[in-house]
Amino acid sequence: MKVIIIKYNAGNVQSVMYALERIGVAYELSDDADTIRSAERIIFPGVGEASTAMKSLRESGLDKLIPTLTQPFLGTCVGMQLLCKSSEENNTDCLGVFDIPILKFPQIKGFKVPQTGWNDIYGYASELTNDLAEHSYVYYNHGYYAPLSDYTVAKTTYMLEYSAMLQKDNFFAAQFHSEISGDVGQKIFENFLKL
Amino acid sequence: MLTKRIIPCLDIKDGRTVKGTNFVNLRDAGDPVELAATYAQEGADELVFLDITATVEERKTLLDLVRRVAHTINIPFCVGGGIGSIADVSKLLNAGADKVSINSSAVRNPDVINELALEFGSQCIVVAIDTRHITLENGSQAHIVHTHGGRKPTELKTIEWAKEVENRGAGEILLTSMDTDGTKAGFALELTAHISDNANIPIIASGGAGTMEHFYDVFTTGQADAGLAASIFHFKEIGIPELKYYLKGKGISMRI
Repeated sequence: MKVIIIKYNAGNVQSVMYALERIGVAYELSDDADTIRSAERIIFPGVGEASTAMKSLRESGLDKLIPTLTQPFLGTCVGMQLLCKSSEENNTDCLGVFDIPILKFPQIKGFKVPQTGWNDIYGYASELTNDLAEHSYVYYNHGYYAPLSDYTVAKTTYMLEYSAMLQKDNFFAAQFHSEISGDVGQKIFENFLKL
Repeated sequence: MLTKRIIPCLDIKDGRTVKGTNFVNLRDAGDPVELAATYAQEGADELVFLDITATVEERKTLLDLVRRVAHTINIPFCVGGGIGSIADVSKLLNAGADKVSINSSAVRNPDVINELALEFGSQCIVVAIDTRHITLENGSQAHIVHTHGGRKPTELKTIEWAKEVENRGAGEILLTSMDTDGTKAGFALELTAHISDNANIPIIASGGAGTMEHFYDVFTTGQADAGLAASIFHFKEIGIPELKYYLKGKGISMRI
């Protein structure tokens, strides 16, 4: 299977590469439109800040390419946020695959932002969570969130209930870091690869 | 619900895990990759590797170690020791570290916190603060930041420095009390609680864990977001599964 990890200026993809190596699947890191278009699976990781990441995607033309892709596509963390319509992080226009805004967590005493650590996911409605126990724990590190919507296929709660995972047709997305979310994260990757 | 984190810390010297008391008297505690894999399997929520040698020659050994660890485990891990520049952080992240911890270099040049947070994002910049409660020249007592493995006092007051590193973009604070480190008499609860209560970033409490109850105390009275320990895990005085079941049984949110 040809798996492509999209290469752009959004931090560290090393952990995603190692996660795929642990599963034993070959991959390629690429920012080339033809290579990406010909992939069977596409992973769109992301760490960092939304406006800088979008700028990088615009410069390479990937902002136009990504919404047109038809193969199974998985965005994680900032990669998920960039797939939405906009982000309150530096008022950034994003890719618009999911027609929802990314919002900033409110300030509530006793809740630190970014949310850092392991939180549970539940309310599964996607093939990516097949065989996972309800309330499995995954690792989060984020200060912005996707509100609940028709695209929500897993939920989590931190201050409020929001989307842990989204899906629309071939586009899947997870707010948490599957690549370092233990056996649960690995299962999500495996489910994605065998879609 | 967001859980409290249990973090084993592996002090690394010449590619081996070591642990001393009050930062000296090092004992060999085994192969770090093997230990890391065991901890990840047992349910550790994250790992911290502190390279306590950090000469140029040994840095290469460290990068190789980071690569081997990253290949093996599927939980987040943080690397610290001798990190002071964008180039240092870049190498560690490219080798597979998820976060880096900086200490002396941040004290020497606080702007480095801003630079690293801007370049890599706050989420991967942990500022480690080694603190000791000492009597100042004017006779008053204060918590003072120390560097060089806790040996050298600075001018900085710990509580003020914690606020400053947050404002400069640190994503987490690893707070080690030199007064309690190695004593197994419990974490520095009052100081940890004060800093955590005034911070909007997670506080990892370190130094003094000796019993399971100490972790309960640091998550309740100490208001810590994570509890870090080394020797009690390395020498199997407390197992991570039993610790997590104990804490969950006492009502602390835990990933099990």
